[in-house]
Amino acid sequence: MFIVEALGKALSLPSVSQNWLLTKMKKLKFKSKSTIGEYIGKKIITINSFAALFAILLIFVFIFKEALPIFYDEFIQEEVSVEKMIFKQSFAEGRDAKFSWQPNSDNPRYSLLPLFVGTLKAALIAMLFAVPLGVGGAIYSSQFASKRMREIIKPVIELLSGIPSVVLGFFALIVLATFLQNSFGFTYRLNSINAGIALGLAVIPIVFTISEDALISVPNSLKDAALALGANRWQVSFTMTLPAAFPGIAAGIVLGFGRAIGETMIVLMASGNAAIISENFGDSIRTFSATIAAELAEVVFGSAHYSVLFFLGTLLFVFTFLINIGGDIILNKLKGKMQGEQS
Amino acid sequence: MKKVILLLAVFVMMTGYIFSGQTITIKGSDTLVRLGQRWAEEYMKQNQGTVIQVSGGGSGTGIAALLNGTTDICEASRDMKEKEYKLAESKGIKPYRVSVALDGIAVFLHENNPIQELSLSQLKGIYTGAIVNWKEVGGPDHIIILYGRENNSGTYAFFKKRVLNKEDYADRTQTLPGTAAVVNAVANDQYGIGYGGLAWAKGVKFAGVKESDNDKAVMPTVETVSDGTYLISRDLYWFFNCKPTGKLKKMLNWCLSDEGQKISESIGYVPLSKEQASANLIK
Repeated sequence: MFIVEALGKALSLPSVSQNWLLTKMKKLKFKSKSTIGEYIGKKIITINSFAALFAILLIFVFIFKEALPIFYDEFIQEEVSVEKMIFKQSFAEGRDAKFSWQPNSDNPRYSLLPLFVGTLKAALIAMLFAVPLGVGGAIYSSQFASKRMREIIKPVIELLSGIPSVVLGFFALIVLATFLQNSFGFTYRLNSINAGIALGLAVIPIVFTISEDALISVPNSLKDAALALGANRWQVSFTMTLPAAFPGIAAGIVLGFGRAIGETMIVLMASGNAAIISENFGDSIRTFSATIAAELAEVVFGSAHYSVLFFLGTLLFVFTFLINIGGDIILNKLKGKMQGEQS
Repeated sequence: MKKVILLLAVFVMMTGYIFSGQTITIKGSDTLVRLGQRWAEEYMKQNQGTVIQVSGGGSGTGIAALLNGTTDICEASRDMKEKEYKLAESKGIKPYRVSVALDGIAVFLHENNPIQELSLSQLKGIYTGAIVNWKEVGGPDHIIILYGRENNSGTYAFFKKRVLNKEDYADRTQTLPGTAAVVNAVANDQYGIGYGGLAWAKGVKFAGVKESDNDKAVMPTVETVSDGTYLISRDLYWFFNCKPTGKLKKMLNWCLSDEGQKISESIGYVPLSKEQASANLIK
């Protein structure tokens, strides 16, 4: 019972307690055969892990089921069909045909294109804002910052993810929009840039945390080797550590993009919610998620509008799913390449 | 342990109290919820033992609750739709409608906007997108920035019906969650225009509204809404299942009394005219 003696010494216990510890450990001696308890425990853990999978599947099935009447229900098809959602429509005969989102009109029209453009615009601005800041911050904190500095920076940036999105949205609505309009002279106070920057604030912690973890976990042996070959710290970071950590950084960016597309409250408050198609980033936008959030609360159950909103939900679900899968594939490919180079 | 027992005892007593038959639930319009709450507070003070629960959620939510039998009183800023009346009939519910207050929808402008008044047809042009620039209605040469409410709002629907004659809002109308957000947006936007309840306006000015260019514009005030001269006004309703009796009748009549109507005026709603209030009383 060498271990017990060592333990006792380490804790500087008197020898009486050492004996007590010894008897205690003998009692605890593990049985080699697995018991029925372990068997059940194992099963429960397995079920738990599948429960999440099952839940996702159920959610998808439910959302899709509610959207399905668009494809076959006659009453709903009078008002909306996939074709109508894709092509231009006019309010009445003789008026210009346009892409417009007018669900409460006397002639309801549900064009998806304005919402799609809006969602992409907001996500694009958010990524343009968040990726340089998030990745740059991660490089500084993992490579250049002193240990003490890092202990301050990391929790503070991660604190950003703890800010409720409704607070970020409110901030963008009241403060940021005024500031941006005064500085850049936008015609529309609430626009895609305002929403995108606020969205970026929510995305930064995701990009930062995952990139930082990836950068930190690059083996020291690689860095040491580069340093030994005469590289300076800057060269080590940018030619060695950064490429080695790239799969992790890419994963952070992809997850951040997923968040930017799905985030609701910020865009609902800060984007102006006008469903228009324009190439001007100073115009207002309306996104998928904000549309669902704003309209689902009072829509008549089972109506065309209701099905369309669930159809939007399905699309949103599929988008984020594809983005995540795509990210995963890229990640694995890069990882394989990286490890091949390293060996 | 003692604390737990004590808490349990208090809880049991409270549930007993609540289920003693004097509970009234009120649910519905977000426009009316503040009024409902103030009335409930005052009424509970004067009638010990009556418990009133008030919640918002929108006119549609309130009407759905009435049809499902989960609320005694439904507050709504619009009449029930034909569909909803039919649904009520099929469920054996006989909606009884009483208007309890009035509401004027004001048109908000930025304080520096030189425009003082707009006609209904100009407003319609502005909000349908036919009029794009302020100079077309006598203002500065700048694009008009449209602010409105989300399409689930009763105010959205009312304005669409009354001012736009059921035409669609222009696509570039920025829709905001809540009248407070609209007021804030217009207060910060020199070329903005918005609409919403009278009680909410702070930091913006009202536009006078006239039927046509030759008429005299009327500013939205408590008096002009109450006597019907302001053009964009509506009734705010309470719906009951059947004609109210007992505790519900007592409460309704109190709300329609001078005392109840005074409370509504004190928090920015427009009271009914005396004749209408007494006509709505339940004998």
